[in-house]
Amino acid sequence: MTTRELSYAQAIQEAMAIAMEADERVFLMGEDIGVYGGAFQVTGDLVERFGPERVRDTPISELGGAGVAVGAAVTGMRPIFEFQFSDFATLAMEQIVNQAAKMRYMLGGEVSVPVVMRFPAGSGTGAAAQHSQSLEAWFGHVPGLKVIQPATPHDAKGMLLAAIADPDPVMIFEHKLLYKMKGPVPEGHYTVPIGKAEVRRQGSQLTIVATAIMVHKALEAAETLAAEGIDAEVVDLRTIRPMDKDTVIASVKKTSRLLCVYEGVKTLGVGAEVSAMIAESEAFDYLDGPIVRLGGAETPIPYNPELEKAVVPQVPDIVTAARELVSGRR
Amino acid sequence: MAKAQAQAVADSVRGDNRPFALSHFEPAVLEDALRQMYLIRRFEEGAEESYMRGLVHGTMHLSIGQEASAVGICLPLTDADMITSTHRGHGHCIAKGAEVKRMFAEFFGKTTGYCKGRGGSMHIADVSKGNLGANGIVGGGIPIAVGAALSIRMQKRNDVVVSFFGDGANNEGAFHEALNIAAVWKLPVIFVCENNGYGMSTSTARSTAVPNVADRAAAYAMPGVIVDGNDLSAVAEASVAAVERARAGEGPSLIECKTYRHRGHSKSDRNRYRTKEEIEAWIARDPIGRFESQLVEYGIMTRDAVEALRENVEREIADGIEFAKASPMPLTQDVAMYVYTD
Repeated sequence: MTTRELSYAQAIQEAMAIAMEADERVFLMGEDIGVYGGAFQVTGDLVERFGPERVRDTPISELGGAGVAVGAAVTGMRPIFEFQFSDFATLAMEQIVNQAAKMRYMLGGEVSVPVVMRFPAGSGTGAAAQHSQSLEAWFGHVPGLKVIQPATPHDAKGMLLAAIADPDPVMIFEHKLLYKMKGPVPEGHYTVPIGKAEVRRQGSQLTIVATAIMVHKALEAAETLAAEGIDAEVVDLRTIRPMDKDTVIASVKKTSRLLCVYEGVKTLGVGAEVSAMIAESEAFDYLDGPIVRLGGAETPIPYNPELEKAVVPQVPDIVTAARELVSGRR
Repeated sequence: MAKAQAQAVADSVRGDNRPFALSHFEPAVLEDALRQMYLIRRFEEGAEESYMRGLVHGTMHLSIGQEASAVGICLPLTDADMITSTHRGHGHCIAKGAEVKRMFAEFFGKTTGYCKGRGGSMHIADVSKGNLGANGIVGGGIPIAVGAALSIRMQKRNDVVVSFFGDGANNEGAFHEALNIAAVWKLPVIFVCENNGYGMSTSTARSTAVPNVADRAAAYAMPGVIVDGNDLSAVAEASVAAVERARAGEGPSLIECKTYRHRGHSKSDRNRYRTKEEIEAWIARDPIGRFESQLVEYGIMTRDAVEALRENVEREIADGIEFAKASPMPLTQDVAMYVYTD
């Protein structure tokens, strides 16, 4: 299989095109995804290739649109519903949380809800408080949903293809700052399993569990730390629900220290779950220090670029936290 | 001219002044419609009694008094046509062909119930008959119905979807978004508002800015029809026209069935917001008695046949309750089954 460089956005677009080519049940819905190409140009020119029936512009009706996607999914179609910004999921929570997530259970297994919802997420674009949130933990709290956060173009394509093939509702959170990031992406169809974390860097002295763009910041921090003689392992969580406990537990047992880095608000976030999971596991006895979390500040995302950077973990924050953890100063 | 209208004109030319349903449907279909109305009524009375006796827990929302709407709307539907229903959905379920024994079993929380005891009264569905399910969220089923209609369009089928909801739902955003999307995309949906006058305790006059829910159809460029929801024939006539329009690719319609629930909203209702006189006036317009009288008056059924039909329904209800009682309980170790498809 030939591999070439694609951006994260191109990788997602390619996954959707492959799925639509292979399966006529697959179609796209969302605001301005047709001739406009999507707010982040992820659908791009797909409307020219597949037509407006299958690359379907919706009215600005997130609740109605999400419900239509759910209804189509339970009646034989494979919709992929794009939210223009993940923040707008707040308008559609009813259909996601009460309907999509629970329908199979409430109906005693009589239906599946094979819907994929795509959420451009995260800060760093200067779009301020209503267009920059990281709300993935909300969805991770809902049994019935699967929630994924691919961090690389390779995973974005492979995990989206896995999501489309999945019989249950999958929420995919795509960090907006990753859209233009390039990386090797194999041609053709392949999947990256939902529910499997990936060790991005082997290390022996601490485990940094990170999600989405924080994976790249953690890897950058690990290089700085290596220069100081600190050997960090970086685990890309990739899936929030169901979480890959085994990979994280094995890593912490090896390194004896855990640092969680995530962009969502720190309190009650993804890192809280990872920390508690480790505290409850056999890895607890291996810990040589406290579990440390670096998460988003307890504020809305501000507009000013310096303030915006200040409210989410940055590379120096990770370096400092890791250094303190390994040296026993925390 | 729509087929139903053409038929009505032809009937009147032949001097047929019978109510629409009686001239439009075969006697066997009409008898079955009456049977379904009894079945709904007796099912809900049986469920209520079981609740009083402590055999059913939770709550339930009874549609006693609204049977003509459920049965009349579903008359022109096939098993391939779909519906979405509401928290007050037992009637829709039976009108779309569900078996009362499996409905009772669900009320009793048993594995033989439609949801294997996981859903209860508010989530009964029968996908094999096109019933995508009741719904505990007011307005929750309306966008889902539009999605099912989109599937029909994309799969190039000629089926339709009926979305039942109450007057309360017409003030939810989901109602407005769904009607707009269905109209913009010209999808085969029939939106059916069963207006029983109250969203829980709040009357439509106190909650809704227009006098009729059907008036809202104008905002979405679709026909809005008001019918006497306690007159099975009037309901069926509106349904036939809307279904034909949808099958012809002409898009969605909104039907408002003006009706009334004889019982309270749910088991917690102290009935402080309706007068005894109002309730009695509506009970006097009971849809079952009206339809039964029409069938006898126009010679479709004899009194004896009606009596036999009632007895059959009694047996079916009694058997259904026994089936539910005798069915096994789900195992607590299976509680996580059906969360995911694996």
